[in-house]
Amino acid sequence: MPGESDHSVALANRIRMHSLRMIHTAQASHIGTCLSIADLLAVLYHDFLRVSPATLNAEDRDRFILSKGHGAAALYAVLAERGFFPIAELDSYNRDGSRLTGHASHHVPGVELSTGSLGHGLSVGAGLALAAKRLNLPYRTVVLLSDGELDEGSNWEAALFAGHHQLDRLVAIVDYNKIQSYGSVREVLDLEPLTDKWRAFRWYVTEIDGHQHDQIRSALNRIPSDSSQPSVLIAHTVKGKGVSYMEHQLAWHYKSPSQEQLRSALAELEAQP
Amino acid sequence: MRLAFVNSLCKLAEKDDRLWLVCGDLGYGVLDEFARRFPNRFINAGVAEQNMAGVAAGLAQAGQRVFVYSIANFPVMRCMEQIRNDIAYHRLPVCVVTVGGGLVYGGHGYSHHGVEDLAMMHVLPNMTVFAPADPVETRLVTEAAASIDGPVYLRLGRGGEATLHKQAPAFAVGKALCLRKGATLALFSTGGILEPVLSAAEALTVLGHPPSVYSLPTFFPLDEETIAAESRRCQAIVTIEEHGRGGLAALTAEVLAQSGGGARLIPIRLPREPLAESGSHAYLRERQGLSAAAMVQHIQTTLAAWAK
Ligand SMILES: Cc1ncc(C[n+]2csc(CCOP(=O)(O)OP(=O)(O)O)c2C)c(N)n1
Repeated sequence: MPGESDHSVALANRIRMHSLRMIHTAQASHIGTCLSIADLLAVLYHDFLRVSPATLNAEDRDRFILSKGHGAAALYAVLAERGFFPIAELDSYNRDGSRLTGHASHHVPGVELSTGSLGHGLSVGAGLALAAKRLNLPYRTVVLLSDGELDEGSNWEAALFAGHHQLDRLVAIVDYNKIQSYGSVREVLDLEPLTDKWRAFRWYVTEIDGHQHDQIRSALNRIPSDSSQPSVLIAHTVKGKGVSYMEHQLAWHYKSPSQEQLRSALAELEAQP
Repeated sequence: MRLAFVNSLCKLAEKDDRLWLVCGDLGYGVLDEFARRFPNRFINAGVAEQNMAGVAAGLAQAGQRVFVYSIANFPVMRCMEQIRNDIAYHRLPVCVVTVGGGLVYGGHGYSHHGVEDLAMMHVLPNMTVFAPADPVETRLVTEAAASIDGPVYLRLGRGGEATLHKQAPAFAVGKALCLRKGATLALFSTGGILEPVLSAAEALTVLGHPPSVYSLPTFFPLDEETIAAESRRCQAIVTIEEHGRGGLAALTAEVLAQSGGGARLIPIRLPREPLAESGSHAYLRERQGLSAAAMVQHIQTTLAAWAK
Protein backbone atom coordinates (compact mmCIF):
# COMPACT_ATOMS: atom_id res chain seq x y z
CA MET A 1 0.00 0.00 0.00
CA PRO A 2 2.19 2.82 -1.23
CA GLY A 3 -0.27 5.52 -0.11
CA GLU A 4 -0.07 4.49 3.53
CA SER A 5 3.68 4.32 3.44
CA ASP A 6 3.90 7.79 1.88
CA HIS A 7 2.08 9.20 4.86
CA SER A 8 4.42 7.80 7.48
CA VAL A 9 7.41 8.71 5.32
CA ALA A 10 6.29 12.34 5.29
CA LEU A 11 5.79 12.18 9.04
CA ALA A 12 9.30 10.80 9.54
CA ASN A 13 10.69 13.63 7.48
CA ARG A 14 8.87 16.18 9.64
CA ILE A 15 10.17 14.49 12.81
CA ARG A 16 13.69 14.86 11.44
CA MET A 17 13.24 18.53 10.57
CA HIS A 18 11.65 19.38 13.92
CA SER A 19 14.44 17.55 15.78
CA LEU A 20 17.11 19.42 13.83
CA ARG A 21 15.53 22.80 14.53
CA MET A 22 14.93 22.03 18.20
CA ILE A 23 18.45 20.80 18.83
CA HIS A 24 19.97 23.66 16.88
CA THR A 25 17.93 26.30 18.73
CA ALA A 26 18.68 24.81 22.13
CA GLN A 27 22.32 24.09 21.22
CA ALA A 28 21.61 20.64 22.60
CA SER A 29 22.99 17.15 21.88
CA HIS A 30 21.72 13.82 20.51
CA ILE A 31 20.65 14.76 16.99
CA GLY A 32 22.18 11.52 15.64
CA THR A 33 19.97 9.57 18.03
CA CYS A 34 16.82 11.37 16.93
CA LEU A 35 17.50 10.85 13.24
CA SER A 36 18.12 7.17 13.94
CA ILE A 37 14.61 6.60 15.40
CA ALA A 38 12.53 8.97 13.25
CA ASP A 39 11.23 6.19 10.96
CA LEU A 40 10.41 3.85 13.83
CA LEU A 41 8.49 6.61 15.64
CA ALA A 42 6.68 7.64 12.47
CA VAL A 43 5.34 4.14 11.79
CA LEU A 44 4.51 3.51 15.44
CA TYR A 45 2.50 6.73 15.78
CA HIS A 46 1.05 6.70 12.29
CA ASP A 47 0.03 3.08 11.95
CA PHE A 48 0.33 1.09 15.12
CA LEU A 49 -0.15 2.73 18.51
CA ARG A 50 -3.74 3.22 19.65
CA VAL A 51 -3.12 6.52 21.38
CA SER A 52 -4.63 9.97 20.95
CA PRO A 53 -4.88 13.24 22.84
CA ALA A 54 -8.56 12.49 23.47
CA THR A 55 -7.74 9.23 25.24
CA LEU A 56 -4.68 10.42 27.12
CA ASN A 57 -5.52 8.54 30.30
CA ALA A 58 -7.73 5.79 28.87
CA GLU A 59 -7.11 2.50 30.63
CA ASP A 60 -6.90 0.60 27.37
CA ARG A 61 -4.59 2.94 25.46
CA ASP A 62 -1.41 1.43 24.08
CA ARG A 63 1.71 2.30 26.04
CA PHE A 64 4.91 3.53 24.42
CA ILE A 65 8.12 4.02 26.37
CA LEU A 66 11.16 5.73 24.92
CA SER A 67 13.70 3.96 27.08
CA LYS A 68 16.55 5.72 25.28
CA GLY A 69 15.34 8.99 26.76
CA HIS A 70 18.02 11.07 25.07
CA GLY A 71 15.97 10.82 21.86
CA ALA A 72 13.33 13.04 23.48
CA ALA A 73 13.33 15.72 20.77
CA ALA A 74 12.10 13.18 18.21
CA LEU A 75 9.45 11.87 20.61
CA TYR A 76 8.17 15.37 21.38
CA ALA A 77 8.12 16.07 17.65
CA VAL A 78 5.91 13.08 16.83
CA LEU A 79 3.62 13.79 19.80
CA ALA A 80 3.16 17.39 18.66
CA GLU A 81 2.48 16.18 15.12
CA ARG A 82 -0.21 13.89 16.53
CA GLY A 83 -1.83 16.79 18.39
CA PHE A 84 -0.80 16.05 21.97
CA PHE A 85 0.37 19.66 22.29
CA PRO A 86 0.90 22.57 19.89
CA ILE A 87 3.69 22.20 17.33
CA ALA A 88 4.79 25.75 18.20
CA GLU A 89 5.72 24.52 21.67
CA LEU A 90 8.56 22.50 20.15
CA ASP A 91 10.52 25.75 19.90
CA SER A 92 10.80 25.78 23.69
CA TYR A 93 12.66 22.44 23.77
CA ASN A 94 15.38 22.45 26.45
CA ARG A 95 14.81 26.13 27.21
CA ASP A 96 14.27 27.97 30.47
CA GLY A 97 10.85 27.27 31.91
CA SER A 98 9.78 24.74 29.28
CA ARG A 99 8.29 21.34 30.14
CA LEU A 100 10.15 19.86 27.17
CA THR A 101 13.28 18.78 29.03
CA GLY A 102 16.27 17.36 27.17
CA HIS A 103 15.37 13.82 28.20
CA ALA A 104 11.83 12.49 27.98
CA SER A 105 9.59 13.89 30.72
CA HIS A 106 6.27 12.50 31.93
CA HIS A 107 5.11 16.07 32.49
CA VAL A 108 4.63 16.23 28.71
CA PRO A 109 1.25 14.97 27.44
CA GLY A 110 1.66 11.58 25.78
CA VAL A 111 4.95 10.68 27.46
CA GLU A 112 4.31 7.66 29.67
CA LEU A 113 7.62 7.50 31.51
CA SER A 114 10.39 9.95 32.29
CA THR A 115 13.63 8.45 31.07
CA GLY A 116 17.23 9.55 30.63
CA SER A 117 19.01 6.95 32.69
CA LEU A 118 19.38 4.03 30.31
CA GLY A 119 18.05 0.58 31.08
CA HIS A 120 14.80 1.38 32.89
CA GLY A 121 12.17 1.17 30.17
CA LEU A 122 11.98 -2.56 29.54
CA SER A 123 11.31 -3.43 33.18
CA VAL A 124 8.55 -0.84 33.44
CA GLY A 125 7.20 -2.11 30.12
CA ALA A 126 7.20 -5.65 31.50
CA GLY A 127 5.20 -4.43 34.49
CA LEU A 128 2.67 -2.72 32.23
CA ALA A 129 2.40 -5.87 30.10
CA LEU A 130 1.98 -8.09 33.15
CA ALA A 131 -0.82 -5.84 34.40
CA ALA A 132 -2.54 -6.02 31.01
CA LYS A 133 -2.33 -9.79 31.06
CA ARG A 134 -3.56 -10.29 34.62
CA LEU A 135 -6.27 -7.60 34.41
CA ASN A 136 -7.39 -8.66 30.94
CA LEU A 137 -6.79 -5.28 29.32
CA PRO A 138 -6.27 -5.13 25.57
CA TYR A 139 -3.40 -2.66 25.34
CA ARG A 140 0.02 -3.36 23.85
CA THR A 141 3.26 -2.06 25.35
CA VAL A 142 6.12 -0.95 23.11
CA VAL A 143 9.58 -0.11 24.46
CA LEU A 144 12.21 1.51 22.25
CA LEU A 145 15.77 0.66 23.31
CA SER A 146 19.17 1.66 21.99
CA ASP A 147 22.01 -0.72 21.37
CA GLY A 148 24.42 0.83 23.88
CA GLU A 149 21.59 0.67 26.36
CA LEU A 150 21.61 -3.11 26.09
CA ASP A 151 24.90 -3.08 28.02
CA GLU A 152 22.78 -2.52 31.11
CA GLY A 153 22.06 -5.79 32.88
CA SER A 154 18.58 -4.60 33.84
CA ASN A 155 17.43 -5.21 30.27
CA TRP A 156 18.38 -8.84 30.50
CA GLU A 157 16.58 -9.22 33.82
CA ALA A 158 13.47 -7.80 32.16
CA ALA A 159 13.99 -10.02 29.12
CA LEU A 160 14.19 -13.10 31.33
CA PHE A 161 11.06 -12.03 33.20
CA ALA A 162 9.01 -11.23 30.10
CA GLY A 163 10.01 -14.47 28.38
CA HIS A 164 9.22 -16.54 31.45
CA HIS A 165 5.83 -14.90 31.92
CA GLN A 166 4.97 -15.07 28.20
CA LEU A 167 4.15 -11.37 27.98
CA ASP A 168 3.01 -11.59 24.38
CA ARG A 169 1.71 -8.02 24.20
CA LEU A 170 5.09 -6.61 25.03
CA VAL A 171 7.23 -5.39 22.13
CA ALA A 172 10.84 -4.29 22.41
CA ILE A 173 12.43 -2.46 19.51
CA VAL A 174 16.21 -2.24 19.42
CA ASP A 175 17.52 0.79 17.52
CA TYR A 176 20.63 -1.01 16.35
CA ASN A 177 22.70 1.83 14.91
CA LYS A 178 26.01 0.24 16.02
CA ILE A 179 27.30 3.39 17.73
CA GLN A 180 27.18 4.28 21.43
CA SER A 181 28.62 7.22 23.42
CA TYR A 182 32.33 6.59 23.37
CA GLY A 183 32.93 4.16 20.54
CA SER A 184 31.20 1.66 18.30
CA VAL A 185 29.18 -1.14 19.81
CA ARG A 186 31.62 -3.65 18.40
CA GLU A 187 34.59 -1.94 20.08
CA VAL A 188 32.98 -1.22 23.45
CA LEU A 189 30.83 -4.27 24.23
CA ASP A 190 29.90 -6.40 21.26
CA LEU A 191 26.27 -7.49 21.36
CA GLU A 192 26.57 -10.20 18.73
CA PRO A 193 25.02 -12.66 18.26
CA LEU A 194 22.12 -10.41 19.24
CA THR A 195 19.18 -12.29 17.74
CA ASP A 196 20.38 -15.52 19.36
CA LYS A 197 20.50 -13.80 22.74
CA TRP A 198 16.87 -12.70 22.56
CA ARG A 199 15.80 -16.11 21.25
CA ALA A 200 17.58 -17.78 24.15
CA PHE A 201 15.51 -15.57 26.47
CA ARG A 202 12.38 -16.93 24.71
CA TRP A 203 11.48 -13.86 22.68
CA TYR A 204 10.03 -13.86 19.15
CA VAL A 205 12.68 -12.09 17.08
CA THR A 206 12.30 -10.19 13.80
CA GLU A 207 15.19 -8.44 12.09
CA ILE A 208 14.26 -5.44 9.99
CA ASP A 209 15.70 -2.40 8.28
CA GLY A 210 14.64 0.31 10.74
CA HIS A 211 14.30 2.89 7.98
CA GLN A 212 12.00 0.84 5.68
CA HIS A 213 8.46 1.66 6.69
CA ASP A 214 6.88 -1.39 5.08
CA GLN A 215 9.23 -3.67 6.96
CA ILE A 216 8.56 -1.89 10.27
CA ARG A 217 4.81 -2.01 9.66
CA SER A 218 4.61 -5.64 8.73
CA ALA A 219 6.76 -6.69 11.68
CA LEU A 220 4.48 -4.76 14.03
CA ASN A 221 1.41 -6.29 12.42
CA ARG A 222 2.57 -9.78 13.39
CA ILE A 223 2.20 -8.89 17.08
CA PRO A 224 1.22 -10.65 19.25
CA SER A 225 2.98 -13.66 17.81
CA ASP A 226 1.04 -16.91 17.97
CA SER A 227 3.80 -18.41 20.09
CA SER A 228 2.82 -16.59 23.32
CA GLN A 229 6.23 -14.93 23.40
CA PRO A 230 7.14 -11.29 23.84
CA SER A 231 8.39 -9.79 20.58
CA VAL A 232 11.55 -7.93 19.75
CA LEU A 233 12.31 -6.10 16.52
CA ILE A 234 16.02 -5.78 15.89
CA ALA A 235 15.95 -2.65 13.75
CA HIS A 236 19.15 -2.06 11.80
CA THR A 237 19.53 1.69 11.63
CA VAL A 238 22.01 4.44 10.84
CA LYS A 239 22.86 6.98 13.49
CA GLY A 240 22.25 10.39 11.89
CA LYS A 241 20.08 8.90 9.11
CA GLY A 242 18.87 11.35 6.48
CA VAL A 243 21.55 14.02 6.88
CA SER A 244 24.52 12.74 4.95
CA TYR A 245 27.21 14.53 6.90
CA MET A 246 25.84 13.20 10.18
CA GLU A 247 25.41 9.56 9.19
CA HIS A 248 27.53 7.03 11.13
CA GLN A 249 29.31 9.86 12.98
CA LEU A 250 29.85 9.54 16.74
CA ALA A 251 30.52 13.29 16.95
CA TRP A 252 26.83 13.99 16.24
CA HIS A 253 25.94 12.31 19.49
CA TYR A 254 27.25 15.52 21.06
CA LYS A 255 27.40 18.38 18.59
CA SER A 256 24.55 20.68 17.73
CA PRO A 257 24.27 21.96 14.19
CA SER A 258 25.31 25.54 13.44
CA GLN A 259 23.07 27.83 11.42
CA GLU A 260 24.82 26.82 8.22
CA GLN A 261 24.78 23.12 9.07
CA LEU A 262 21.09 23.34 9.91
CA ARG A 263 20.36 24.99 6.59
CA SER A 264 22.11 22.32 4.58
CA ALA A 265 20.52 19.51 6.64
CA LEU A 266 17.02 20.91 6.09
CA ALA A 267 17.71 21.40 2.39
CA GLU A 268 18.72 17.77 2.10
CA LEU A 269 15.54 16.59 3.83
CA GLU A 270 13.31 18.93 1.84
CA ALA A 271 14.73 17.51 -1.37
CA GLN A 272 13.56 14.03 -0.40
CA PRO A 273 10.65 12.62 -2.39
CA MET B 1 36.76 20.89 36.36
CA ARG B 2 36.76 17.74 34.29
CA LEU B 3 39.87 18.87 32.41
CA ALA B 4 41.65 19.77 35.65
CA PHE B 5 40.70 16.30 36.83
CA VAL B 6 41.94 14.40 33.80
CA ASN B 7 45.15 16.41 33.53
CA SER B 8 45.94 15.67 37.16
CA LEU B 9 45.07 12.03 36.63
CA CYS B 10 47.46 11.74 33.68
CA LYS B 11 50.27 13.18 35.81
CA LEU B 12 49.49 10.78 38.63
CA ALA B 13 49.37 7.84 36.22
CA GLU B 14 52.86 8.68 34.99
CA LYS B 15 54.18 8.15 38.51
CA ASP B 16 51.92 5.33 39.66
CA ASP B 17 51.65 2.41 37.28
CA ARG B 18 48.88 0.81 39.34
CA LEU B 19 46.52 3.68 38.54
CA TRP B 20 43.59 2.73 36.27
CA LEU B 21 40.74 4.63 34.68
CA VAL B 22 37.47 2.80 33.98
CA CYS B 23 34.65 4.70 32.27
CA GLY B 24 30.98 3.96 31.67
CA ASP B 25 30.84 4.81 27.97
CA LEU B 26 31.48 8.48 28.64
CA GLY B 27 34.43 10.81 28.30
CA TYR B 28 34.35 11.72 24.60
CA GLY B 29 36.90 14.51 24.11
CA VAL B 30 37.82 14.35 27.81
CA LEU B 31 39.43 11.01 28.54
CA ASP B 32 41.05 10.59 25.10
CA GLU B 33 44.52 11.58 26.27
CA PHE B 34 44.52 9.14 29.17
CA ALA B 35 43.21 6.38 26.89
CA ARG B 36 45.93 7.09 24.34
CA ARG B 37 48.79 7.32 26.81
CA PHE B 38 47.84 4.48 29.14
CA PRO B 39 45.89 2.04 26.96
CA ASN B 40 46.67 -0.86 29.27
CA ARG B 41 45.18 0.90 32.25
CA PHE B 42 42.12 2.31 30.52
CA ILE B 43 38.88 0.51 29.84
CA ASN B 44 35.45 1.55 28.63
CA ALA B 45 33.16 -0.78 30.56
CA GLY B 46 30.14 0.21 28.48
CA VAL B 47 26.77 1.49 29.68
CA ALA B 48 26.82 -0.93 32.59
CA GLU B 49 27.58 0.82 35.85
CA GLN B 50 26.90 -2.09 38.17
CA ASN B 51 29.40 -4.26 36.39
CA MET B 52 31.79 -1.31 36.12
CA ALA B 53 31.82 -0.81 39.91
CA GLY B 54 32.23 -4.53 40.52
CA VAL B 55 35.10 -4.75 38.02
CA ALA B 56 36.74 -1.78 39.74
CA ALA B 57 36.47 -3.63 43.05
CA GLY B 58 38.11 -6.67 41.47
CA LEU B 59 40.94 -4.62 39.99
CA ALA B 60 41.48 -2.99 43.37
CA GLN B 61 41.53 -6.35 45.09
CA ALA B 62 44.26 -7.30 42.65
CA GLY B 63 46.35 -4.40 43.97
CA GLN B 64 45.37 -1.69 41.51
CA ARG B 65 44.11 1.83 42.27
CA VAL B 66 41.03 2.55 40.24
CA PHE B 67 39.22 5.71 39.13
CA VAL B 68 35.72 5.04 37.85
CA TYR B 69 34.29 7.79 35.64
CA SER B 70 30.80 8.64 34.44
CA ILE B 71 28.27 11.47 34.67
CA ALA B 72 25.36 12.52 36.87
CA ASN B 73 23.86 9.73 38.98
CA PHE B 74 24.98 6.86 36.82
CA PRO B 75 28.18 5.88 38.69
CA VAL B 76 26.47 6.50 42.05
CA MET B 77 22.90 5.35 42.30
CA ARG B 78 22.87 2.77 39.57
CA CYS B 79 25.57 0.78 41.34
CA MET B 80 24.98 1.83 44.93
CA GLU B 81 25.15 -1.67 46.34
CA GLN B 82 28.34 -2.56 44.48
CA ILE B 83 29.88 0.59 45.93
CA ARG B 84 28.59 -0.17 49.42
CA ASN B 85 29.33 -3.89 49.68
CA ASP B 86 32.18 -4.53 47.27
CA ILE B 87 34.13 -1.26 47.44
CA ALA B 88 33.37 0.63 50.66
CA TYR B 89 32.94 -2.26 53.06
CA HIS B 90 36.17 -3.85 51.80
CA ARG B 91 37.92 -0.50 52.06
CA LEU B 92 39.21 -0.74 48.51
CA PRO B 93 41.05 2.14 46.82
CA VAL B 94 38.41 2.97 44.26
CA CYS B 95 37.53 6.57 43.50
CA VAL B 96 34.10 7.06 41.98
CA VAL B 97 34.15 10.21 39.86
CA THR B 98 31.04 11.88 38.55
CA VAL B 99 30.84 14.83 36.20
CA GLY B 100 27.76 16.98 36.66
CA GLY B 101 27.19 17.21 40.41
CA GLY B 102 24.21 19.38 41.30
CA LEU B 103 22.18 20.98 38.51
CA VAL B 104 25.07 21.27 36.06
CA TYR B 105 23.20 19.24 33.42
CA GLY B 106 20.40 21.81 33.56
CA GLY B 107 18.07 21.19 30.65
CA HIS B 108 18.78 17.46 30.53
CA GLY B 109 16.23 17.00 33.31
CA TYR B 110 15.89 15.24 36.63
CA SER B 111 17.54 11.99 35.47
CA HIS B 112 20.76 13.99 35.12
CA HIS B 113 20.59 16.09 38.28
CA GLY B 114 22.98 14.87 40.98
CA VAL B 115 21.18 16.33 43.94
CA GLU B 116 21.06 13.45 46.42
CA ASP B 117 24.57 12.07 45.93
CA LEU B 118 26.30 13.66 48.93
CA ALA B 119 23.64 12.29 51.25
CA MET B 120 23.96 8.80 49.82
CA MET B 121 27.72 8.54 49.54
CA HIS B 122 28.85 10.02 52.85
CA VAL B 123 26.98 7.46 54.95
CA LEU B 124 28.93 4.53 53.49
CA PRO B 125 31.73 2.95 55.52
CA ASN B 126 35.27 4.28 55.00
CA MET B 127 34.12 6.76 52.37
CA THR B 128 35.86 10.10 51.80
CA VAL B 129 33.71 12.56 49.85
CA PHE B 130 35.18 15.42 47.82
CA ALA B 131 33.21 18.23 46.19
CA PRO B 132 35.68 20.75 44.77
CA ALA B 133 34.60 24.28 43.88
CA ASP B 134 36.98 25.17 41.07
CA PRO B 135 39.84 23.78 38.96
CA VAL B 136 42.39 24.46 41.72
CA GLU B 137 40.47 22.48 44.32
CA THR B 138 39.85 19.79 41.69
CA ARG B 139 43.56 19.27 41.18
CA LEU B 140 44.18 19.12 44.93
CA VAL B 141 41.46 16.61 45.71
CA THR B 142 42.37 14.44 42.72
CA GLU B 143 45.92 14.18 44.02
CA ALA B 144 44.61 13.41 47.50
CA ALA B 145 42.23 10.78 46.14
CA ALA B 146 45.12 8.97 44.49
CA SER B 147 46.83 8.46 47.84
CA ILE B 148 43.89 7.51 50.05
CA ASP B 149 43.83 3.81 50.86
CA GLY B 150 40.10 3.46 50.73
CA PRO B 151 36.97 4.43 48.86
CA VAL B 152 36.55 7.98 47.62
CA TYR B 153 33.70 9.82 45.95
CA LEU B 154 34.60 12.80 43.79
CA ARG B 155 31.80 15.10 42.71
CA LEU B 156 32.83 17.36 39.83
CA GLY B 157 31.13 20.14 37.92
CA ARG B 158 31.41 19.96 34.17
CA GLY B 159 33.71 22.42 32.45
CA GLY B 160 34.35 26.12 32.20
CA GLU B 161 34.18 26.89 35.92
CA ALA B 162 36.06 30.03 36.97
CA THR B 163 39.23 29.71 39.02
CA LEU B 164 38.30 31.08 42.43
CA HIS B 165 41.54 30.48 44.32
CA LYS B 166 44.06 33.00 43.07
CA GLN B 167 46.89 31.09 44.68
CA ALA B 168 47.16 27.50 45.81
CA PRO B 169 45.40 27.23 49.18
CA ALA B 170 46.78 25.27 52.14
CA PHE B 171 44.80 22.14 51.41
CA ALA B 172 44.41 19.19 53.74
CA VAL B 173 41.81 16.43 53.57
CA GLY B 174 38.95 17.22 55.94
CA LYS B 175 39.85 20.89 56.31
CA ALA B 176 37.77 23.89 55.29
CA LEU B 177 39.48 26.55 53.18
CA CYS B 178 38.93 30.10 54.37
CA LEU B 179 38.45 32.58 51.51
CA ARG B 180 37.32 35.54 53.53
CA LYS B 181 37.26 36.62 57.16
CA GLY B 182 34.18 38.39 58.45
CA ALA B 183 32.28 39.28 61.61
CA THR B 184 29.23 37.49 63.01
CA LEU B 185 28.19 35.53 59.95
CA ALA B 186 29.98 32.51 58.45
CA LEU B 187 29.10 30.97 55.07
CA PHE B 188 30.08 27.33 54.49
CA SER B 189 29.89 26.21 50.88
CA THR B 190 30.63 22.85 49.29
CA GLY B 191 31.17 22.17 45.59
CA GLY B 192 30.63 24.33 42.54
CA ILE B 193 28.19 26.72 44.18
CA LEU B 194 31.11 28.69 45.68
CA GLU B 195 31.17 31.24 42.86
CA PRO B 196 27.74 32.78 43.62
CA VAL B 197 28.49 32.40 47.34
CA LEU B 198 31.47 34.71 46.91
CA SER B 199 29.29 37.23 45.08
CA ALA B 200 26.72 36.99 47.86
CA ALA B 201 29.48 37.64 50.39
CA GLU B 202 30.45 40.84 48.54
CA ALA B 203 26.87 42.02 48.61
CA LEU B 204 26.40 41.15 52.29
CA THR B 205 29.55 43.11 53.14
CA VAL B 206 28.15 46.17 51.41
CA LEU B 207 24.93 45.68 53.36
CA GLY B 208 26.80 45.70 56.66
CA HIS B 209 26.99 41.94 57.33
CA PRO B 210 30.56 41.06 56.32
CA PRO B 211 30.67 37.26 56.38
CA SER B 212 33.48 34.74 56.65
CA VAL B 213 33.47 32.38 53.67
CA TYR B 214 34.69 28.80 53.76
CA SER B 215 34.87 26.30 50.95
CA LEU B 216 34.62 22.63 51.83
CA PRO B 217 36.37 20.65 49.09
CA THR B 218 36.17 17.74 51.51
CA PHE B 219 32.52 17.24 52.26
CA PHE B 220 33.21 14.22 54.44
CA PRO B 221 34.88 13.92 56.90
CA LEU B 222 33.38 17.32 57.61
CA ASP B 223 35.57 19.97 59.23
CA GLU B 224 33.52 19.97 62.43
CA GLU B 225 36.20 21.80 64.33
CA THR B 226 36.05 24.92 62.17
CA ILE B 227 32.26 24.91 62.10
CA ALA B 228 32.11 24.53 65.89
CA ALA B 229 34.64 27.32 66.38
CA GLU B 230 32.64 29.66 64.13
CA SER B 231 29.44 28.71 65.94
CA ARG B 232 30.93 30.06 69.14
CA ARG B 233 31.91 33.31 67.46
CA CYS B 234 28.99 33.94 65.12
CA GLN B 235 25.33 34.75 65.25
CA ALA B 236 24.56 32.56 62.25
CA ILE B 237 26.13 29.76 60.24
CA VAL B 238 24.90 29.62 56.67
CA THR B 239 25.34 26.39 54.70
CA ILE B 240 25.12 26.54 50.93
CA GLU B 241 25.04 23.46 48.73
CA GLU B 242 23.68 22.53 45.30
CA HIS B 243 22.06 19.49 46.82
CA GLY B 244 18.83 18.51 48.54
CA ARG B 245 18.23 17.15 52.03
CA GLY B 246 20.70 15.07 54.00
CA GLY B 247 23.75 17.06 52.94
CA LEU B 248 25.78 19.91 54.39
CA ALA B 249 22.87 21.52 56.27
CA ALA B 250 22.01 18.28 58.03
CA LEU B 251 25.62 17.53 59.01
CA THR B 252 26.16 21.10 60.18
CA ALA B 253 23.00 20.99 62.31
CA GLU B 254 24.48 18.00 64.15
CA VAL B 255 27.64 19.95 64.82
CA LEU B 256 25.78 23.02 66.03
CA ALA B 257 23.59 20.98 68.35
CA GLN B 258 26.74 19.71 70.08
CA SER B 259 29.12 22.65 69.83
CA GLY B 260 27.86 24.71 72.75
CA GLY B 261 28.01 27.79 70.52
CA GLY B 262 25.13 30.17 70.11
CA ALA B 263 24.98 30.36 66.32
CA ARG B 264 21.78 29.43 64.54
CA LEU B 265 21.66 27.69 61.19
CA ILE B 266 20.48 29.17 57.89
CA PRO B 267 20.36 26.29 55.41
CA ILE B 268 20.43 27.18 51.72
CA ARG B 269 19.82 24.10 49.61
CA LEU B 270 17.50 22.62 47.00
CA PRO B 271 13.94 21.63 47.78
CA ARG B 272 13.34 17.88 47.73
CA GLU B 273 10.74 18.01 44.96
CA PRO B 274 12.26 18.59 41.53
CA LEU B 275 11.01 21.27 39.16
CA ALA B 276 8.94 20.03 36.24
CA GLU B 277 10.80 22.47 34.00
CA SER B 278 13.75 22.55 31.73
CA GLY B 279 16.36 25.27 31.95
CA SER B 280 20.01 26.19 31.99
CA HIS B 281 22.14 25.62 35.05
CA ALA B 282 21.87 29.30 35.98
CA TYR B 283 18.11 29.33 35.46
CA LEU B 284 17.51 26.27 37.62
CA ARG B 285 19.70 27.68 40.38
CA GLU B 286 17.82 30.95 40.30
CA ARG B 287 14.39 29.30 40.31
CA GLN B 288 15.36 27.37 43.41
CA GLY B 289 16.97 30.06 45.52
CA LEU B 290 20.60 29.37 44.65
CA SER B 291 21.52 32.58 42.84
CA ALA B 292 23.71 35.08 44.68
CA ALA B 293 20.80 37.52 44.90
CA ALA B 294 18.45 34.89 46.32
CA MET B 295 21.06 33.88 48.90
CA VAL B 296 21.49 37.47 50.06
CA GLN B 297 17.79 38.00 50.29
CA HIS B 298 17.19 34.78 52.21
CA ILE B 299 19.96 35.56 54.70
CA GLN B 300 18.78 39.14 55.24
CA THR B 301 15.15 38.13 55.69
CA THR B 302 16.09 35.44 58.18
CA LEU B 303 18.32 37.77 60.20
CA ALA B 304 15.59 40.41 60.21
CA ALA B 305 13.01 37.88 61.37
CA TRP B 306 15.29 36.79 64.23
CA ALA B 307 15.83 40.40 65.29
CA LYS B 308 12.09 40.87 65.88
C1 LIG C 1 22.50 4.58 33.04
C2 LIG C 1 23.12 5.54 32.08
N1 LIG C 1 24.45 5.54 31.92
C3 LIG C 1 25.02 6.42 31.08
C4 LIG C 1 24.27 7.32 30.38
C5 LIG C 1 24.93 8.36 29.48
N2 LIG C 1 24.61 8.07 28.07
C6 LIG C 1 23.70 8.78 27.39
S1 LIG C 1 23.44 8.18 25.85
C7 LIG C 1 24.59 6.96 26.08
C8 LIG C 1 24.87 5.92 25.06
C9 LIG C 1 24.45 6.28 23.68
O1 LIG C 1 24.48 5.18 22.84
P1 LIG C 1 23.19 4.29 22.58
O2 LIG C 1 22.63 3.87 23.90
O3 LIG C 1 23.53 3.21 21.66
O4 LIG C 1 22.16 5.30 21.96
P2 LIG C 1 22.17 6.00 20.52
O5 LIG C 1 22.32 7.44 20.80
O6 LIG C 1 23.29 5.43 19.71
O7 LIG C 1 20.86 5.71 19.93
C10 LIG C 1 25.17 7.07 27.34
C11 LIG C 1 26.23 6.19 27.86
C12 LIG C 1 22.89 7.28 30.58
N3 LIG C 1 22.06 8.13 29.94
N4 LIG C 1 22.34 6.38 31.41
